[in-house]
Amino acid sequence: MVKDQEFLEKKASYCLGLAKKLGATESSVIVNNSVSETVNFRNKKLDESNRSDDLGISITTYIGKKKSSISSSNLLDDNLNILIEKCVEATKNTPEDEFNSLPDKDLLAKEVKDLSLYDDTHIENNQKIDYLKKLELAASNDKKIVNTESSFTQNKSNFILANTEGFCAGYKTSSFTASSVIVAKDEKSMERDYEYSSKCFFKDLDDAGELGKQAADQTIRKLSPKKIGSEKIAIIFDKRIAKGILSTFASAISSSAISRGTSFLKDKVNQKIFSDSINVLDKPDIIKGLGSRNFDKEGVKTDTLKLVEQGVLKHYLIDTYNGKKLNLKSNGRFGGTSNLYFENGNISFKDLLNSKSKSLYITETIGHGSNIVTGDYSVGATGFLVENGEFKYPINEITIAGNFKDMFQHITLANDLEFKYATNSPTMMIEGMVVAGK
Amino acid sequence: MLSMNNFFEKSDISRSEAENIVSDTLSKCDDGELYLENTKSETLLLDDNKIKNSSYNSDLGFGFRAISDEIVAYSHSNEISKNSLRQSSENLKSTLKSVKGTYNHEIPKSNKKYYDNINPIEQKSLNEKIKILNEVNNYLRSKDNNIKQVTANFLGEQKSVEIIRSGGESLTDVRPLIRFNVSVMLEKNGRKESGVYGVGGRQSYDFYLKDENWKSVCDEALRIASVNLESKPAPAGEMKVVLGPGWPAILIHEAVGHGLEGDFNRKKTSAFHNLMGQKVASEGVTIVDDGTIDNRRGSLTIDDEGTPTEKTVLIENGILKNFMQDRLNARLMKTRSTGSGRRENYRHIVLPRMRNTMMLSGNQTQDEMIKAVDKGIFAVSFGGGQVDITSGKFVFNCTEAYEIVNGKIGSPIKGATLIGDGPSSLKEVSMVGNDMMMDPGIGTCGKAGQGVPVGVAQPSILINKMTVGGTKL
Repeated sequence: MVKDQEFLEKKASYCLGLAKKLGATESSVIVNNSVSETVNFRNKKLDESNRSDDLGISITTYIGKKKSSISSSNLLDDNLNILIEKCVEATKNTPEDEFNSLPDKDLLAKEVKDLSLYDDTHIENNQKIDYLKKLELAASNDKKIVNTESSFTQNKSNFILANTEGFCAGYKTSSFTASSVIVAKDEKSMERDYEYSSKCFFKDLDDAGELGKQAADQTIRKLSPKKIGSEKIAIIFDKRIAKGILSTFASAISSSAISRGTSFLKDKVNQKIFSDSINVLDKPDIIKGLGSRNFDKEGVKTDTLKLVEQGVLKHYLIDTYNGKKLNLKSNGRFGGTSNLYFENGNISFKDLLNSKSKSLYITETIGHGSNIVTGDYSVGATGFLVENGEFKYPINEITIAGNFKDMFQHITLANDLEFKYATNSPTMMIEGMVVAGK
Repeated sequence: MLSMNNFFEKSDISRSEAENIVSDTLSKCDDGELYLENTKSETLLLDDNKIKNSSYNSDLGFGFRAISDEIVAYSHSNEISKNSLRQSSENLKSTLKSVKGTYNHEIPKSNKKYYDNINPIEQKSLNEKIKILNEVNNYLRSKDNNIKQVTANFLGEQKSVEIIRSGGESLTDVRPLIRFNVSVMLEKNGRKESGVYGVGGRQSYDFYLKDENWKSVCDEALRIASVNLESKPAPAGEMKVVLGPGWPAILIHEAVGHGLEGDFNRKKTSAFHNLMGQKVASEGVTIVDDGTIDNRRGSLTIDDEGTPTEKTVLIENGILKNFMQDRLNARLMKTRSTGSGRRENYRHIVLPRMRNTMMLSGNQTQDEMIKAVDKGIFAVSFGGGQVDITSGKFVFNCTEAYEIVNGKIGSPIKGATLIGDGPSSLKEVSMVGNDMMMDPGIGTCGKAGQGVPVGVAQPSILINKMTVGGTKL
């Protein structure tokens, strides 16, 4: 079972005490434990079971404006003694940085709200196996399916964050995740696709049969793809891809990229960077939210931010160090966003498909083609040609390219937002991008 | 003498007790082992004129694996203790309820070693390393007034592993690894571009830093950024592509490397699974995966199952010859392990993985290739790549490229993604250069959530047809 609060707190306070004794003027520590159990199926048979029990500790010590840190998976006092001594020694030898400090005390979270992030239910391996049997049965209906690999993971985690300003808090979280990767084959091609569901509470997880069927359908419809010619065409991003564009936006407004000057969105606060109707929110207190939290990794309270209002950028994502450098207060975004999403647009998914006589619907991208310094974007893509609102045929071996500065100004969103991941977007259309194919 | 890690020194369980648990748990299994690992690593980062990060990590744990037929049971923990090992053993037994294994393929023995037993972290003091990072920053900023940002970092690691097999057989390895990276950002007339370069391998920091060797790393990062500052939009569509030698071999890694890993071929989910013995590349194309090159980032004395590594011929003169195998997939495909069983660390199961993947030299020169192209691009430096092994489609991202017009190198073009089809793209290779080069030693390959250090190498090559993902129609 996952370690309790008392054990983690004891380790945390031991470390803070020892660091002080050895000469640290300030310090902070995170202790975490995560117990995870996975069962994998392949072609309707048990393929793998995996149990992991991970302990971790990371300590940062300060001497005035000097800072250094250590981390370890070995929580025995003997080992911690050696490491903390090493850390304080390294701190002494590291040059000063005027912006190094713990968070301002008045910004630290004062209360820990119960956001329903922990489900005590324990799913035995037999139950995981039952779920996967049902899933793979539903996924294997069609003769074109040649391989199915599915997985069920239960994860229970606990952590404590403590610092020498008196902050000491943490809480348990859980997740139940099911996924299925399908390979289908016909005379001309072999294709792969997947479906996935992850929830804090077991009872909220997608139905196994539905998930398997969805994964299989999505794979079969990709068979016998064509390559199209190069042209400028409206691109519709499936929700699972659209959320990636939102993640790139989040890295471009991180205070670290802004303070270093390495973002195409530097100095854009209060400027219009998206089309008029676009609103972006980061909401940390969604009940059972996959990205929900009470405070960030420094202990700073995390409030809801309306990052983009009617297309205008309102906030960066600020941590303590980069905030001090930019002369801004931390808004509790050390480690990034919580539940980040685009608000719904005004038209239905169907109307979005119908809005152009011809468009490209993208279901998968490959490659790391986002450059946040220049805003340039170029990735490999797979999807479907859409004509007059109908999916005509699958497409692959193409690339799509543009620059985020232009792309953001030409976004239209459907009204089909759902909270499937920590970062979510409705289906998204972007006009003016270039497809490279034949 | 070897300063081998004694994993049972501070534990309540003795080595012989642990050996007994291993033998008992695996007695009826086809395969399996107890894998113990202790990794010490450090990161030093200079960014924005300051030392931003100085951190040290010490990671200890074990992974216990039991295999019966196709089923793998795995359990890992940080606590090397009687209780923890027994609990893992129970876990494995409960998954493999009715096992009856027969596989008893011995691990081959070898005395060869491809790197020294050193701890690079301890070989240079923190102060010395900080001094070099500051020198890097000053050197670059004094070289070009357009430099707006310099980031430089050291990563050093020593990983000690021990594999205990049924019957008490023990195999050990101590693996050093370092990496030095520099990234610069230039700004001129309101336009920003960046350049990145790095070096690394399984030897001491000094090897890469002596005689101010670090200056050449800085110069290369600055050169790439300067070229990009003058770049114009890349073309979009199918055209001829000349790849430079060395790091562009990411192409080989993505286009054919992953598709030739044993697991995907046993499961018949790789686009290559039914092509053994067939022509998958042009004549003159020979590709090997070699774990035995001294001090290279992708080299290993033994793999993570204890098998000595080797030089595996994957494609010989265009014909598909071998897949890369770990013990599990080798057994199920009735062949032998090629010493390709690897894992990121004790938290993960073993998978067949690449080591140093290389296309060997041919006879042509890079000049001949450029001259043979009317309209196309010349790609010199890359950021990374990805492949869908089932459809065979792969991409890689240029970070330095030029247009070729009428047999001459023209203007630099912006970074773009190139996309191709694995089983057919190497048949489009029409010239193979005589200038094979290893990459600088910075590659990390990701598969199933596990990152492992790898190397690549190739000569210059001309590919007749690839799709370039630019914005200019």
